Amino acid sequence: MEHITLLLGIVIVTALVFDFTNGFHDTANAMATTISTGALKPKVAVAMSATLNLVGAFLSVEVAKTISGGIINEQGIRVEVIFAALVGAILWNLLTWLLGLPSSSSHALFGGLIGAAVSSAGWSAVNGSTVVTKVLIPAVAAPIVAGLAAMLATRLSYVIGSRTDDRATAKGYRAGSIASAGLVSLAHGTNDAQKTMGIITLALVTGGVIAPGSNPPTWVIVSAGLAIALGTYLGGWRIIRTLGKGLTDLAPQQGFAAQTSAAAAILASSHIGFSLSTTQVCSGAVMGAGLGRKGGVVRWSTATRMFVAWGLTLPAAGLVGAGAESLTKQGTWGTITTGVLLVAGAGVIWTLSRRRPVTVDNVNDVESESAGVVTTAIAAVIPPPAGPVVTAPAPDRNSGPTAEPTSHATV
Amino acid sequence: MNIDWAALGSVFGVSLVVTVALVGLFTLGVVSLTKKESARGGTAALAVTGAYACFAACAAAVGYGIFLIVS
Repeated sequence: MEHITLLLGIVIVTALVFDFTNGFHDTANAMATTISTGALKPKVAVAMSATLNLVGAFLSVEVAKTISGGIINEQGIRVEVIFAALVGAILWNLLTWLLGLPSSSSHALFGGLIGAAVSSAGWSAVNGSTVVTKVLIPAVAAPIVAGLAAMLATRLSYVIGSRTDDRATAKGYRAGSIASAGLVSLAHGTNDAQKTMGIITLALVTGGVIAPGSNPPTWVIVSAGLAIALGTYLGGWRIIRTLGKGLTDLAPQQGFAAQTSAAAAILASSHIGFSLSTTQVCSGAVMGAGLGRKGGVVRWSTATRMFVAWGLTLPAAGLVGAGAESLTKQGTWGTITTGVLLVAGAGVIWTLSRRRPVTVDNVNDVESESAGVVTTAIAAVIPPPAGPVVTAPAPDRNSGPTAEPTSHATV
Repeated sequence: MNIDWAALGSVFGVSLVVTVALVGLFTLGVVSLTKKESARGGTAALAVTGAYACFAACAAAVGYGIFLIVS
């Protein structure tokens, strides 16, 4: 840990901050449906997800060989470029969190890297075709793959269970969705904490602190695991609300089908080698499960905003990354200015989020304004769904008086 | 540009089959457990056995999932 320059220190801290935003941005993937269907209380859900993320960070010994998977040319990459990329990714993650939109943290990082690399070395630094195969195609494919699987599974589940009492079976489905959510959390910790370890290790190698090709030092593994777990535990309640309640209304068996399809798609993609974004898989699964029930409605206005955010992730994070890189190019004062701007930007977004905070207490309240014109029209002509659909869970089950009366983390 | 359609197709197929199979099995298990209460004697025992067989298959799938993550 000797000879760590100021710049290197800043990069390490920034990487850990990105890891932290990655954690609270992606809590929703594993736990949104579990929370909205009442399978777990919100606090218990995020605690479980955080623990599994931490465990996941220690499980895999395979270090991320490249941080960008070949999207940019990483040979001779400067530490400033990594820093600029992280700034772009963090700010985009925070902005989408403020808007409550699930978007891929990996794509934000890719976008930041592309922008910073282009600003640093020109367009030749970017592999255009890899961008298409690693970002664009998966973004289209992920929701279709997971959505179709979740939709068919939901249909089947309703057919098989058509003669049973929903209240009697709900407990079983909730237990099942907890298991699936656990798998998603574990997989997330293994993949995404690795990514941050890869970044810090690359920065350390570039800065000449450790030898090229060496494994990440233990303190890197521990701090990356802790950062992602802490982020997960604080819980991105805004995104959890969107994914659990905003896109569609889920009954316990739909939540189970959605979570199982998400787990299956994530494990299949990481094992077969066509990597799909966890966030996009989970969002697709939730929508598919919503469509799988007779009379189920997806709120397309919310879904459209989410799709737009996916489309903007790469260019937006890229623009910020490019701007940050042109600042850091100016020397030490530029780097420090970039750092100050990052903190200021994060502060502004945080302040804006305080206006209408989403906390552990109101995470399951349905946002009335999110129903668009089309949705209202569709809902007006479609008969009410069969079976008791949990639209607004009783307050005593998920929150309210049973939750701790102390002030909550409101992320 | 080299898009690995075969890998994408496999991910698609595997996700679909595994999800539908698991959710189907689990639903069968849950439904059998609730049938136990209305059935009597041999039928009830059969329903419970069937339910636990379904749950065991699902647990095995979860175990395989953890194996995939760890390996």
